Amino acid sequence: MKARIKFSKTGAVKFIGHLDLMRYFQKAMRRSNFPIAYTGGMSPHMIMSFAAPLGIGITSEGEYLDIGLDRFIEPGKAVEVLNSVMTEGIRVLSFQILDESEKSGMALVSAADYLVRFSPCYHSLPDWMDQWTDFMSRPVCSVIKETKAETKKINIRPLIYLWSLPSDTLRNDAEHMIFMQTASGSRNNLKPECVMEAFCRFTGNPYSQDDFRVHRLEIYKDMIINGTRYLTGLDGSRCKWTEESLS
Amino acid sequence: MRELALPERVLMSVEKPARYIGNELNAVMKDKDAVNVRFVMCFPDVYEIGMSHLGIQILYHMFNEMNDVWCERVYSPWPDLDKIMRQENIPLFALESQDPVRDFDFLGITLQYEMCYTNILQILDLSRIPIYSSARGENDPIVIGGGPCAYNPEPIADFFDLFYIGEGEVTYRQLIDVYESASENHLSRREFLEKASEVPGIYVPSLYEVSYNEDGTIQDFSPIKDNIPQRVRKQVVMDLSGAVYPERPIVPFIRATQDRVVLELQRGCIRGCRFCQAGYIYRPVRERSLETLESFGGKMLDNTGYDEITLSSLSSSDYRSLEGIVDYLCEDCKEKRINIELPSLRIDTFSLNVMDKIQDVHKGGLTFAPEAGTQRMRDVINKGLTEQDILAGADKAFHSGWNKVKLYFMLGLPTERTEDVEGIPELAEKVAQLYYQIPKEERQGRCTVSTSTSFFIPKPFTPFQWCGMISEKECLEKAASVREAFKRKPHWKSLKYQYHSPDVSVLEGIFARGDRKLSRLLLAAYRNGCMFDAWTELFNKKAWDDAIAETGVSVAFYNRERKLDEKLPWDFIDIGVTKEHMLREWEKAIAGTVTPNCREKCAGCGASVFGGGVCFEGQN
Repeated sequence: MKARIKFSKTGAVKFIGHLDLMRYFQKAMRRSNFPIAYTGGMSPHMIMSFAAPLGIGITSEGEYLDIGLDRFIEPGKAVEVLNSVMTEGIRVLSFQILDESEKSGMALVSAADYLVRFSPCYHSLPDWMDQWTDFMSRPVCSVIKETKAETKKINIRPLIYLWSLPSDTLRNDAEHMIFMQTASGSRNNLKPECVMEAFCRFTGNPYSQDDFRVHRLEIYKDMIINGTRYLTGLDGSRCKWTEESLS
Repeated sequence: MRELALPERVLMSVEKPARYIGNELNAVMKDKDAVNVRFVMCFPDVYEIGMSHLGIQILYHMFNEMNDVWCERVYSPWPDLDKIMRQENIPLFALESQDPVRDFDFLGITLQYEMCYTNILQILDLSRIPIYSSARGENDPIVIGGGPCAYNPEPIADFFDLFYIGEGEVTYRQLIDVYESASENHLSRREFLEKASEVPGIYVPSLYEVSYNEDGTIQDFSPIKDNIPQRVRKQVVMDLSGAVYPERPIVPFIRATQDRVVLELQRGCIRGCRFCQAGYIYRPVRERSLETLESFGGKMLDNTGYDEITLSSLSSSDYRSLEGIVDYLCEDCKEKRINIELPSLRIDTFSLNVMDKIQDVHKGGLTFAPEAGTQRMRDVINKGLTEQDILAGADKAFHSGWNKVKLYFMLGLPTERTEDVEGIPELAEKVAQLYYQIPKEERQGRCTVSTSTSFFIPKPFTPFQWCGMISEKECLEKAASVREAFKRKPHWKSLKYQYHSPDVSVLEGIFARGDRKLSRLLLAAYRNGCMFDAWTELFNKKAWDDAIAETGVSVAFYNRERKLDEKLPWDFIDIGVTKEHMLREWEKAIAGTVTPNCREKCAGCGASVFGGGVCFEGQN
């Protein structure tokens, strides 16, 4: 039996790296006596995998962890049991028993929603919103990607599926921020940091990672219904955003 | 939510920012306005090392059980953050509240090894607490040291307001009470320190005066007032089973050096190896009951989620219920898939059987500590281990599937001769030979016998406290001759040899038996940029050499052989074991006479004065 855990990671724990977060969950499973399944063999370990590792310094309210189950546990109970052993900043939001046919979260990931908050020094740039709109209106945005094997130029614009400058109606705070939905996963992957770096280059401002705080909202998989491609949250929820609602 | 002391920008620019954020599982948060005393406990090394230390976990738990005290933690910022904190004037802060260390009532620093002394100055400096205790004002925290190096606190005495000599579980409550009443009565810092000196185990260095002879040795060491005790007796927990133990140890987010549940079987050691300070300062041996360990072990695993538990003590084979606790954990562990680690075993049939129980699968390395290469030398140091014990142990281990053996030795031991030095590679060769006598079909490829030597450093409160330490040059010569001898051995391909760096050992020697005059050297070294001296890659030999030259400290003076009637800097501390016993042991050492262990025959060392432990076993 398989299950998918959705959790949030906010506050100081954003400085905990992905491997340490894995070890954190392993300990949490032990503390709560959770019916997680183990691999066989000489050195058994918990069957557990993250859908999309989150970088250090990034917060999220839409992280996913797939686990193997030893026996059934009622989802509501599972959330309760896990939350009883979480530390500040990590909350389990939902728990779903998966169909045996469901692929791993990691294999399914196709897109993710992010909020990028601006540091105070960027607030003072009066025309950044216009510049952003201008930046997004261009069909091509080239970024040099260096891998061990090669250096190649890629156009990241098509990998930004949606964007908006959320107003107070969308978020309760009046912070300056950008919402974006970008490609995620093994086929195409675009980190919001990469977009912001390109934007800074576009505006002629120096890029510093500290100027932007990234928050992940959701991770999606593709769903084909009647030949049309839809994005669905890894927990099965429908994508909240459409082009219309955002503009 | 808590505000972090470091800005996001800084945290994102340093290695492992999780070292500085606190809030780990089981970390204790309290309302600072609801407590009277704020204590911050420091391990002056990097987070991952400090978090691995059981002593701090015990004291942290003990203090936080007190309603009027909130105990927090602080570790040495790694050099990357250290640099930023200096540049940007960020004061050092405690992990829990993220408040500046300067705002605390007490800063407690554990002294686990001499080579962390420069880090103490780093902690004080970054906290903006005056480095010399004499320069501290009414609002500065009381800086208190404790741990094994507090048994000769003199080289760092000028930096501390107080030292706690012995095991922290005993009189800290009393000290806190004295502090609270001093605060209520608005006593001055100085008045509080005088009152604190009346608490058993508390040493207040500023209340003692030292005078020196022309040759630099101590002429007189005495309290400046009549009401200050002449001697300070170490504090020992006599009922270890009833003592506090951290049922909910803090679990770091990042991997610590010791990343598992630690179950302390006992304190002290019955063996009496003559070079070993721990073997004397923790006397008498006191065991925790099997029931206590079973209860703590289970709770700690449940409360942490660790999948590993280590059984800790100086010599676990001497714990009388070892098999009991191993059986209990094995039973428990099958269900929970938990690994048991069992270091500090003497290798005999019994131990190998125990190890077989816990290591079904993984047959990794096996470690022996013969400490010396010949039987004569082992008798001198009272390491009651014969060549036959070692070879029989290795043979059994090889037959049960091990193929890696580590051997630990010391060079530069008192009375050491050429044959003792050459005996080291010889013994390693004999171990390797045993392996290759096993038929090829039954053994698992090649074996590796790794030999490691350290240089003997005479420590206070050992029968070798009067011995000289060999010079850096002699150290290198001895190590070179061992290396050459290894190359000539028939199985040299299976033998590995490495030795500790002699420059660090020589410094450790200076501070281990140093006096108050050394505070200048430490400060000079720190000003030259020395920190994290225990880290090979960060050890700055030139900066130390410069500091030695600047301050005119004589290495030879501190590492010389001491006269038996000389006043030693640590003579004012009473560890229960008498100086007469040390002298007797020293004479027996020179004669190559072995002293039986505490359970075989009481040697009358003096530790029975504490009224319990091994000294009174079987007498009730």
